[in-house]
Amino acid sequence: MTRRIAVVTAGLSNPSSTRMLADRLAASTIAQLREQGIEATVDIIELRDLAHDITNNLLAGFAPPALEAAIRQVVTADGLIVVTPIFSTSYSGLFKSFFDVIDPDALTGMPVLIGANAGTARHSLAIDYAIRPLFAYLHAEPVATGVFAASSDWGAHADDVKPLASRIERGARELAESIARRDVRVEIDPFDPDAFLGEGRSFGHLLGGLAGE
Amino acid sequence: MSSPMQFGIFSVSDITRDPTTGRTPSEAERIKDIVTIAKHVEEVGLDVFALGEHHNPPFFSSSPTTTLAYIGAQTERLILSTATTLITTNDPVKIAEDYAMLQHLTGGRVDLVMGRGNTGPVYPWFGKDIRQGLPIAIESYALLQRLWNEDVVDWEGSFRTPLQGFTSTPRPLDGVAPFVWHGSIRTPEIAEQAAYYGDGFFANNIFWPKEHYQRLIALYRQRFAHYGHGTPEQAIVGLGGQAFIAKNSQDAVDRFRPYFDNAPVYGHGPSLEEFSELTPLTVGSPQQVIDRYAAMRDHYGDYQRQLFLVDHAGLPLKTVLEQIELLGSEVVPVLRKELAENRPAEVPDAPTHADRVHAKYGDGEPRQARPTAAAGNNLTVGGPYEDSPALAPAPGSAFGVAATRKEAVR
Repeated sequence: MTRRIAVVTAGLSNPSSTRMLADRLAASTIAQLREQGIEATVDIIELRDLAHDITNNLLAGFAPPALEAAIRQVVTADGLIVVTPIFSTSYSGLFKSFFDVIDPDALTGMPVLIGANAGTARHSLAIDYAIRPLFAYLHAEPVATGVFAASSDWGAHADDVKPLASRIERGARELAESIARRDVRVEIDPFDPDAFLGEGRSFGHLLGGLAGE
Repeated sequence: MSSPMQFGIFSVSDITRDPTTGRTPSEAERIKDIVTIAKHVEEVGLDVFALGEHHNPPFFSSSPTTTLAYIGAQTERLILSTATTLITTNDPVKIAEDYAMLQHLTGGRVDLVMGRGNTGPVYPWFGKDIRQGLPIAIESYALLQRLWNEDVVDWEGSFRTPLQGFTSTPRPLDGVAPFVWHGSIRTPEIAEQAAYYGDGFFANNIFWPKEHYQRLIALYRQRFAHYGHGTPEQAIVGLGGQAFIAKNSQDAVDRFRPYFDNAPVYGHGPSLEEFSELTPLTVGSPQQVIDRYAAMRDHYGDYQRQLFLVDHAGLPLKTVLEQIELLGSEVVPVLRKELAENRPAEVPDAPTHADRVHAKYGDGEPRQARPTAAAGNNLTVGGPYEDSPALAPAPGSAFGVAATRKEAVR
């Protein structure tokens, strides 16, 4: 059965090196899933297009339709690729705000590949000290490799020993393996009584008096 | 007198600066105004006035039954309700007493909307923890029901001190507890609770897109039937709503925009146009409001009560009274007619005390509770009221749960 990968990219310019990294991570993940005989589709979520909606959600408490659709793509995906520029030592505010408006339980168990980009490789540990803890808190399952791309990775002074392409390949392989190990994600309807009461239970159980019913 | 639909106003009781004049009304002024507003609701032919409960500025309504009783004394038909009564931070014993009292004073013109309250700091002020909000709501409401329906209650739970042989006074008017709606904007357990008791469900229908409320109402209707109270269509649904009306729709937009842009809840967020598209807020001509709200039953099914929010965000009294006037003269009469069309006969009318008394006693005499001389000694000497069932003390115990539980159940 076809898997769905959601790609969240928080770049602000166009063309954006954040988006370039996101596209490469997605393409490599799909290629490696295909090697295992698994077809996958990709939904790209450009946070720049949703910036006003995200702010409105923070203020008014609900997601306008375009943001609602994007959130659904993320929480129902079989795997998630997230890429953010590093601003002032961490993920961008827009990136964090997007995850702030998602139900904190919705990403439990979600395989995640983390990517980030910045002007220099001196920011590369931000993946592990700033971004990884966010997904740990959300009970998602980020793969061990995070992929950082500095400006130099796209040009003449790239890393000769571990070039960006090999780092992308490694991260994407880990994500593909993580997705392949899992069953297709089943969506739980929070308004199904079996979901909020427990299967076959009644309101009497919430009252505490019908445990043996 | 029963009718298929009740229409009215609900107020959150905010005291907000008027952004067009920079003036903030005093508490004294706003409290006087709310009485004027409520009386006007009756004068223009609407049915319900509901008042919120808050325990922090900029709100005034810490003590809704005081306000509602005062309004009740100056009105004749108006049903007094709440929006909402905090089932989490209020002691259910005090809710049982206060609202039974209000029932007596107003001849039964009382119902309540239960809510958990979403103002975090309020919980610790009343010795509660917001993280326990849902379990408190479930336990406290179960106790409230018993206090209204049983003369003598023995009770033990997690969120208040136990009760031994307690009688909540006065007993509900005519032996019939006030009707209760349960309000929630996102919690399926509350829809389930409303369905379990066969109570009403109220969706505030203001701040969020209709899809959020549709899911809750669909669940409530389905579970209402599951618990054996009737068909899903017979469940009792109330909706909020929000409108600003002027004869000419552009005037409505121009006049309301500064209040919208600075409103406490959604101000400085989505634009008036976006918010009007996404939520039931309707700013325009009477016909636009009629069209939007006549369509509500297409989204939620035939329902029993429609309330509008009109007195918030710093709108001055004069404007609020005009809005109520327009609702009463131009909008609601048409809505009554349109919503009555093709309404299936099995859909119940909106709940009233008289109907509930009739449902319980038929043409018989309703209960009138008369205390016995033994009042205060509920457990061993008869009951607290002349018509309380005679108590046969349970074998082996003259005290506590075993002595009274079964016998006290009416």
